[in-house]
Formats: sequence, C-alpha cells, structure tokens
Amino acid sequence: MSETPLIDARGLVKRFGDFTAVDHLDVQVQPGEAFGFLGPNGAGKTSTMRMIACVSQRDGGALSVLGMDPATEGSAIRARLGVVPQDDTLDLELTVRDNVLIYGRYFGLSRAETRRRADELLEFVQLTDRRDDRVDALSGGMRRRLTIARSLVNQPELVLLDEPTTGLDPQARHLVWERLYRLKRSGATLVLTTHYMDEAEQLCDRLVIMDGGRIVAEGSPRALIDRHSTRDVVELRFADEHAQHAALARLEQVGERREVLPDRVLVYTADGDADVERLTSDGPHPESLLVRRSTLEDVFLTLTGRSLEE
Amino acid sequence: MSALFLHVVERDFLAYKRMWLVFLSGFAEPVFFLLSIGVGVGELVGDVHVGGETVSYQAFVAPALLAVSAMNGAVFDTTFNFFFKYKYSKSFDAMLATPLGPTDVAMGELTWALLRGTIYSTAFFALLLAFGLVASPWAVLAVPVAMLIGFAFAGAGMAATTWMRSFVDFDYVGIVLIPLFLFSATFFPISEYPTGLQIVVRCTPLYQGVALERSLILGDVSWALLGHACYLAVMGVVGLWVAGRRLGRLLQP
Ligand SMILES: Nc1ncnc2c1ncn2[C@@H]1O[C@H](COP(=O)(O)OP(=O)(O)OP(=O)(O)O)[C@@H](O)[C@H]1O
Ligand SMILES: [Mg+2]
Repeated sequence: MSETPLIDARGLVKRFGDFTAVDHLDVQVQPGEAFGFLGPNGAGKTSTMRMIACVSQRDGGALSVLGMDPATEGSAIRARLGVVPQDDTLDLELTVRDNVLIYGRYFGLSRAETRRRADELLEFVQLTDRRDDRVDALSGGMRRRLTIARSLVNQPELVLLDEPTTGLDPQARHLVWERLYRLKRSGATLVLTTHYMDEAEQLCDRLVIMDGGRIVAEGSPRALIDRHSTRDVVELRFADEHAQHAALARLEQVGERREVLPDRVLVYTADGDADVERLTSDGPHPESLLVRRSTLEDVFLTLTGRSLEE
Repeated sequence: MSALFLHVVERDFLAYKRMWLVFLSGFAEPVFFLLSIGVGVGELVGDVHVGGETVSYQAFVAPALLAVSAMNGAVFDTTFNFFFKYKYSKSFDAMLATPLGPTDVAMGELTWALLRGTIYSTAFFALLLAFGLVASPWAVLAVPVAMLIGFAFAGAGMAATTWMRSFVDFDYVGIVLIPLFLFSATFFPISEYPTGLQIVVRCTPLYQGVALERSLILGDVSWALLGHACYLAVMGVVGLWVAGRRLGRLLQP
C-alpha cells in the first residue's frame, strides 16, 4: 500500500455542541478500493461521510480527499465525487429526468452530454418509463434508485454511498451491487456505509466497524471474521428457560465461547459439527439446533454489543 | 466563484416551466393598485406638485407603484419561496453536494428573483407608456432601476430569511413591508410629511426606489439620484454576502 491514499483522515473530529460525533478517526482509503463503514445507529458514519463529501466542516484533525483539503478546495473535490446521501435530496419540484439533467448541469456538463448520460442512467436503474413523472409520485425504493443514478452523472472517481440500498427490494439491490462492481472494475473508488452485513461482505475489500465515533475494528471481512469470531457457530433453542438453564453447564464444555440470549444459546466454535456430535450423544436436548459459518454479523454484534445504546 | 450559479437559475426555469400561472399573478397586483388608487383616488385628490411641475395624481403614483412592485416581487421570492426551498425542499442540499457553493446558491436564487422581477417591471412599464404616464426620456432607466430595487430587497430578504425558524416568522415580513409601502412617499409627496417623519422616511430603503423611479419617469433628474442608487446597491451586496455566509453554516452543519 505505497500509493497515496485517496482519502486520508488523521485524528478527524466532528462535534455538535458538546457532543463528539466523530472522535479522532484515522482512516485511509486507497485508489480502487471498496471501503465500508459499519456501525450501530449514531456511530458517526454519516458525520464522517459528510466531512469527506465536503458538505460539513471538520472540527479537528487532518483530512485530505483526492489529495486536496476539503476546507479550502471543497468545490474542486466535489466536482469529482458522486454522493448518495443517507436521506434522498431529490428535487421534488422536478420530474425524474429533469432531476438527473439539472444535476449534471451543476457539474458544468453540456446539455447534450447530460441528456445522453441521463437516459443511460435512467435505463440502468429501470426508471425510463417513469422519466416524466414528478418525483413525489415515486415509491421510496424508486427514489433511492434515482438518487443513485443521479450521483453517477459526472462519472465520479470516488463514490460515497451512505446506506445506498436501504429500502430497495432484492432485485434492485442486486442491480445496484452489479453496477457498483462495474464501477469499481472501471477504476472508481467506493466508500459506503451499510447496515446489511451481506452487502458489506459482498462489496467491501476492507471495512471499519465504528462505535461511539471511534473505530473498534478494521480489516477485510474475512480477516475480521477470523480475528473476532470462530469458524462456526452452533445455535441451540430450548423448550423453555429451565431447559436452557439446565443445559448451560454442559454447554460450557464445548466450543470456545458461549453467548446466552433470551431465546437461544450461541456456541462459538472451531468445528461445529464435531461439537454437535458430542452434545447430541450425551447432552441436553434442544428443541432445535443449527450449525452455521460465522458471518460478519457475528463480528459486528460481538464488537458493538447486542443491546441498543442510549 | 464562477458562472456555475447560472445553473441554479436554470433549475428554477425547469421548475417554473409548469407553473406559468404563478408567474402571471405577480403582474396583476400593481395593475390593480394603479387602477384602484391611481384612477379612483386620483379623482378625489386632483393634481400634485412635484419639482415645480404639476402632474396628475395617477402620474404621481404610477412610478412609486413600479418601485413597490419591484420590492414586493423580490421580497416574496427571497423570503417565502427561498425559505420553502432551504427548509423543506432538498434542492439546496443537492446543489451543495456538487461544485456549487452556498454563495452560488444565493446568487442563483437572487438572479432568478431579479429575472422574474424584470419581466413584471417591463410589463408594468409598458402599461404606463400605454396610459401616457411617462413624461421623460430618462424613463428608459426605469426598468434597470426596478432591477436595482429588486436586487437590494432580494439581498436583504434572503439574508433575513436565514434567521427565520418557521413560517410564523413571516409575519415580521409584513410588519416591515406594509409601513414601507405606505410611508415611502408612495402616495403623497415627502414634503407633506411632518419634519420628523421626513427624516426617518429619507433613511428607509423603499423611499430611495420611489424617489429614483419618480424622478426618472417624470423627468426631475438631479445628482442626488446617484446617492439613492448607491444606497440600494450597497444594501443588495451586503444582503447577498450575509445570506451566502449564513446559508453555508445552516445547510452544512
Ligand atoms: N446536525 C446535527 N446536530 C446535532 N447532532 C447531530 C447532528 N448530526 C448528527 N448528530 C449526532 O451525531 C451522532 C452521529 O450521527 P451520525 O448521523 O453520524 O450517525 P450514523 O452512524 O450515520 O447513524 P445511522 O446508522 O443511524 O445513520 C448521533 O448521536 C447524532 O445524534
Ligand atoms: Mg447515517
């Protein structure tokens, strides 16, 4: 990783009054990478993305985007970014097509060029037959698709996507993923936030998990799973609390770590099948039993806790 | 800053393309005033003396109404419409994610308000010509001056709007506009006011516009007009500057 990073944040801070939303964040994103910010609600993902997108001033630390400083060269940086904000900022007074057209014009593109790109992008998000409708007539998912289409009109080098697929149906989500792959292959750098662990596993080369404005883990999805979880997880459900309680002592003897939840017990283990065999030969009798591979979701919940904060 | 702000104007064109009726309504108001006050009240009042000349009351009021309509149009566009856009519609947030900056947005919206105002002023001026209410060739400057009045009030209106918290605060706009409308030598020559009030009136912004329009259209021109013009220009520039700065802070927390 000797290239100069496309995004270089050191000790980045964002405050709202006394509250510190982003607390001395260090992040580097390399050109061509697909990078993810994960974290529970309020972790500071959007605040970070907005500083990178040069629509929010930092309150401390150093930040460089595309080799420039957002504090002084915001306009030049934004010219090369594609931004999908968490909340759609579509122009409700304009039609679907005009939304893309005028957005292209904000970047100083010619009318002819914008028109060509707008038609192509609307085709890609499958909104061509709605092009003359006003935006308020679209469903939430369609608006999201339009926002994504619009963000690509300037053929950005760096695309910032804040929960891009929230509210999309599975078809649309796969469509967006596919387009993002294509963008990445063509050399663009992607930075995204998501609450969907499968999306993060699919798309991100590398990600950080944030909590309370700080980074609590960093790495590729695979490396994070290896480091913070076991290979397998055995999930056991019992008939009632007593049965569950009675089984705990026996469960202590298998796997590396146990997590007791109100409705089930999770056993983190290197070899789930072997443990299940040992358990079923002499052990407790769960109502249901499931062996699965560890996922990023296990890592996420382990690191950021299961309870809702605040 | 660059010519990018023109794309903000382009956006407003696209949005208004389908709302041309709203456009027409802006023209109706000054015409109604001219007909009701100019013609109706004029019958009762008779002629008025200005600058050593005697003119009909209608000819006296008409230039002031041109100034008033330039003010009202600019204020409406930059308070109600602007507030709606920055608070409820997300169009400004979208713009600020592109190379456009807060000052571009403020300049674009102001230009749009001026364009609209100029169309109304031109139409109203044509009406004055048709009614034979234009007495001097200096009147070719009447529409440009209406633009200047629009610029001054658009800048001030936009700056004021950045302090508004909800539509309730717009009552204050009326509280400011109505006295300006009534007491800017609009309906009587300034010499008719008590001396104390005269001094106050001479300091208010709409008075500058009324004095300019009346002098130009009636042909009573003096160097003092430059003072009025400077007042309006400074007011517009300061307003735009304040609006641009505050907009940046409001929209980019
Ligand atoms: N404009 C603001 N004014 C005050 N506080 C804010 C503002 N924006 C964000 N915050 C606070 O900063 C913290 C981080 O918010 P942020 O939107 O960055 O979280 P997030 O990680 O994007 O969460 P989510 O997953 O819910 O989108 C939250 O506690 C939030 O209340
Ligand atoms: Mg967020």
